[in-house]
Amino acid sequence: MVERQSPLEPVLHPGSHGNFEHGVEIILSETRPGSILQLAAWPGEEKKLMAGIHAVTGLALPDGAGGGVTNGARSVFGFAPGKFTVVDEAEGLAPAFASVVTSAIGTVTDLSHGRTAIRIAGPKAEWVLAKFFAIDFALPAFPIGAGRSTMHHDIFAQIQRTGADQFDIYVFRSFARSFWKALCHASEEVGYEVQ
Amino acid sequence: MLITCPYCGPRDVIEFTYQGDGNRQRPQPASQNLDAWNAYVYDRLNPAGDHNEIWQHSGGCRAHLRVVRNTLTHEISSTAFARGDHNSVARHRAEDKP
Repeated sequence: MVERQSPLEPVLHPGSHGNFEHGVEIILSETRPGSILQLAAWPGEEKKLMAGIHAVTGLALPDGAGGGVTNGARSVFGFAPGKFTVVDEAEGLAPAFASVVTSAIGTVTDLSHGRTAIRIAGPKAEWVLAKFFAIDFALPAFPIGAGRSTMHHDIFAQIQRTGADQFDIYVFRSFARSFWKALCHASEEVGYEVQ
Repeated sequence: MLITCPYCGPRDVIEFTYQGDGNRQRPQPASQNLDAWNAYVYDRLNPAGDHNEIWQHSGGCRAHLRVVRNTLTHEISSTAFARGDHNSVARHRAEDKP
């Protein structure tokens, strides 16, 4: 198997950085999932697509805009009407959907090589992300598992909350290095650790 | 200016792209009614008040929206998906209303 190169490699420096004398309050990492898919349902086929996602991944999507769920290894969330992002640590998720999401239900687009997944965790994760995105990161408004599509200037980002103080951010691979640097700068004042 | 996307909730106007006047009626492509085409291309109401507009949430869910905006105050009085069938599965997040 060919090893996938990360666009963050030249700028990803493990260790503690910034103002961490009083402790590290942010942990940044690249999760490098094997599969990142975008699934879209034709009008009226949303429920069938959600059932297909359940059949393949075992994850039951909640109803509601931006609803999602994660079990650690696999994650799914809605990011637009009838459209979902499905992520798996393992490669080969797209072929698993081929027979389930038929051309009558919707489409499967493999974005595994097109997106970079960045995880930001720690007690100041909400606070740092609030400097980037004008959306409400508080837990009641952005529950665990839920997804949001938004942007930081021209960098389109899909964000899923995967823990009380943990978020996974999916950005275009070509923007990932620049976005990573910006995240590091924004985390400097609270002290951050790169893993 | 905030626009409340029916899917994403209230978002800054910077995430949206204006797609034009929502009052226009496009003639059938084969129509040879020049008055209808002229009206479609050129005639605008230009109201000082509520105005029907089409916006796209290009920096979010990318859905096209029907928005009623007051041209004097920028107050947004209603938003809905331009595609009707999206509204039938409307999944508004009530708690997000500003």
